[in-house]
Amino acid sequence: MDKTIYLDNAATTKIDKEVIKAMLPYLTDQYGNPSSIYSLARESKKAIESSREEVAKAINAKPNEIYFTSGGTESDNWAIKGIAFANENKGKHIITTNIEHHAVLHTCKYLKKYGFEVTYLPVKENGIVDINELRKAIREDTILISVMFANNEIGSIQPIKEIGKIAKEKGIYFHTDAVQAVGKIPIDVNELNIDLLSLSGHKLHGPKSIGALYIKNGVKISNMLHGGGQERKMRAGTENVPSIVGLGKAIEIATENINEKNEKIIELRDILINGLLEKIPDTILNGDREKRLPGNVNVCFKYIEGESILLMLDMKGVCASSGSACTSGSLEPSHVLLALGLEHEIAHGSLRLTLSKYNTQKDVKYLLEILPEIVQKLRDMSPLINQN
Amino acid sequence: MEEYSEKVMEHFFNPRNVGEMDDADGVGEVGNPRCGDIMRMYIKVKDNKIEDIKFKTFGCGAAVATSSMVTEMVKGKTLEKALKITNMAVAKALDGLPPLKMHCSNLAEAGVKAAIQDYRKKNGKEE
Repeated sequence: MDKTIYLDNAATTKIDKEVIKAMLPYLTDQYGNPSSIYSLARESKKAIESSREEVAKAINAKPNEIYFTSGGTESDNWAIKGIAFANENKGKHIITTNIEHHAVLHTCKYLKKYGFEVTYLPVKENGIVDINELRKAIREDTILISVMFANNEIGSIQPIKEIGKIAKEKGIYFHTDAVQAVGKIPIDVNELNIDLLSLSGHKLHGPKSIGALYIKNGVKISNMLHGGGQERKMRAGTENVPSIVGLGKAIEIATENINEKNEKIIELRDILINGLLEKIPDTILNGDREKRLPGNVNVCFKYIEGESILLMLDMKGVCASSGSACTSGSLEPSHVLLALGLEHEIAHGSLRLTLSKYNTQKDVKYLLEILPEIVQKLRDMSPLINQN
Repeated sequence: MEEYSEKVMEHFFNPRNVGEMDDADGVGEVGNPRCGDIMRMYIKVKDNKIEDIKFKTFGCGAAVATSSMVTEMVKGKTLEKALKITNMAVAKALDGLPPLKMHCSNLAEAGVKAAIQDYRKKNGKEE
């Protein structure tokens, strides 16, 4: 097998050739600083503003509600700390979930040092937040609800519309980490009553280290980076022009005919899920069967460990990921899998395969050929199964 | 993630002495499924020497490779010599392990010790 089969698109994606083409002039001749006044600089400024329009269009926001950042992590940090510090006179309570990305969880943990209280909503077995739990958690002093649009590990899509409605009724700001969802499923921030939304370029075939935070007009938020007057004095620092252009192009491509493109990815996903459950005994599908990102497959193979599976897949040219402890650098398996109520030893045997528009039927077929053998080889070695 | 040595990969893909033993003289099981690794060692003892050894391991690449390596290192050795094999020696024999994986080599040493202890207990030779 000399070809790489890339099935880790939730980690990052291959950059689209059209995106590189759009970026190239800004990496070469169009190097002007957008803050300067000569025409070379004006070209850069124009490029940024046209990218801002594309990003806004993708989520049905206004261009002046889009702020470019260095990526999903910065957007999450800014949204949560920015709302917390700007609104602490109203209250110091934040609600989030126990399956958020670390960019959200660790930011909330940091805020505890400043006297903020955080409620972590549990999820149901399918990895979806219980709306009743959210209602119960809301207090007089709640200033922010932060719930991810779709989970990065198990792909579960959260009830964003219901959450937005509740947040609006109660007058609480609503932030969603939509890093895995933008460009994958249609999003309309107005219809969903979202006040703040984080997105990232490299998850949708754009460049790395570029993202955006949508901040609805009128939302009270503090700056995180202080310095020059860029981004309407909200986010200092010379703009990363080529990457901003790349993000604009990538999001334009990703949101074009999104439902049509999803049909193909969903078909591959379902072949993979059904094939794995059928061919490999003692396999558990993690996350919801229906309310799931088009490209996400996440399973646990009982009695074996995830890193071993990844090493064997790598040998066969397949890139994938796992929520086992050995792949996280700690002794604990993924907090998301544990939040589903899985036993530790089962969570250690997880495998995540995430598809993109570049995957084919052939890729999926190959995987369904090699995975049963790999799982069997590791199970033959496992002391958790009694011989015969 | 830090890379494994070629030797680790070679032992991971072609582990020596994998299996179970119906007539083992000693069996030792170490590790914890919560942490993601369990190692079970079976030994056959003759004339105070480890005549045969088999293992089964649930764990990462390093856990499998250290299990495989330690079985090669103790096979044919006297029990006393086998007990002297340290996790550092196992790691060294594999051309080193990434720092985060060093704890996996503890399992290999502990697995052999547990199997010998079990043998001695069964034969009234507990020290």
